[in-house]
Amino acid sequence: MGLLDLFRRTPPSAHVAKERLRIIIQQERDKRGGGPDYMPLLRRELLEVIRKYVNVDPAAVQINVERGDGQEILEFSVALPEKAR
Amino acid sequence: MTEIIVVTSGKGGVGKTTTSASLSCGLARRGKKVAVIDFDIGLRNLDLIMGCERRVVYDFVNVIQGECTLKQALIKDKRLETLFVLAASQTRDKDALTSEGVRRVFDELVADGFDYIICDSPAGIEKGAHLAMYFADRAVVVVNPEVSSVRDSDRILGLLSSKTQRAENGDGKVREHLLLTRYSPKRVATGEMMSVRDVKEILGLDVVGVVPESGDVLAASNAGTPVILNEDSDVSRAYEDAVSRLLGETVPLRFIEEPKKGFFARMFGG
Repeated sequence: MGLLDLFRRTPPSAHVAKERLRIIIQQERDKRGGGPDYMPLLRRELLEVIRKYVNVDPAAVQINVERGDGQEILEFSVALPEKAR
Repeated sequence: MTEIIVVTSGKGGVGKTTTSASLSCGLARRGKKVAVIDFDIGLRNLDLIMGCERRVVYDFVNVIQGECTLKQALIKDKRLETLFVLAASQTRDKDALTSEGVRRVFDELVADGFDYIICDSPAGIEKGAHLAMYFADRAVVVVNPEVSSVRDSDRILGLLSSKTQRAENGDGKVREHLLLTRYSPKRVATGEMMSVRDVKEILGLDVVGVVPESGDVLAASNAGTPVILNEDSDVSRAYEDAVSRLLGETVPLRFIEEPKKGFFARMFGG
């Protein structure tokens, strides 16, 4: 590494690669219908429960399984409609 | 009990055959009875890497079509007593390989007391790749730390969890392992190459081996001697570690960091 490198501050390309892969692979996994097979049912039942209290649109419910470092994270997010707040 | 391991990747040229050859030798060297099978119908190459290309008389398709016995087609390795190679067919069409035929061959290998069947998958996601993984208990997914290889291997992971006998029968998952090849600690250190951790995190797999980039791999294929047999090479040590991990031993990862340079090397460039 030379002295000039100290002044050059482009982000390392490996970092770019990792970010690009993270996004595209997540997308492709979703498309494949990745995740456990109870997911559709879980999604439906959760939606029913939420609808008892708030009238949300089915499209406003996002459910995701993220894998990494030997663990799986079930991510669940609901965008509440304007009126409900 | 026979364990069936597929060596797969999706992308071509990442080191599936090199890995199949070395893992097979490593397992056989520890006294396991191993059959390594080339599933790349039409593009036979495992025989060259194993150095037995001139001893191929019958191949996988011959056995499946009943033109010879399995015993006649299995090529006994000259270096390792318990290692056998089954070559891919060179000339015939891909449809010659059937899942029924593959099952029969595997059943016979099981009956013959083989400990391991290593399936060297072709690149891509076509029939050969599908059949190579279909009966597998475990999968070694070979990946280069590079975007297209990582993405393709994720496709393969999708297939492993849906298009295998285990997935179809609900028989538990195929155990998946990540094996990184052509790893350059130096380029990782400068941020030009994704690290083991990066790839592991993206794919969510446990690491069974990290094989450093090295000219020894080409030298080994030139000679027809699986690179694991070159005792002087770091590549050999890395594959040996991978074999240990496959056998359930816990071995720390080696060759993932650049050796620390001394003061003078840093001052004057090394």
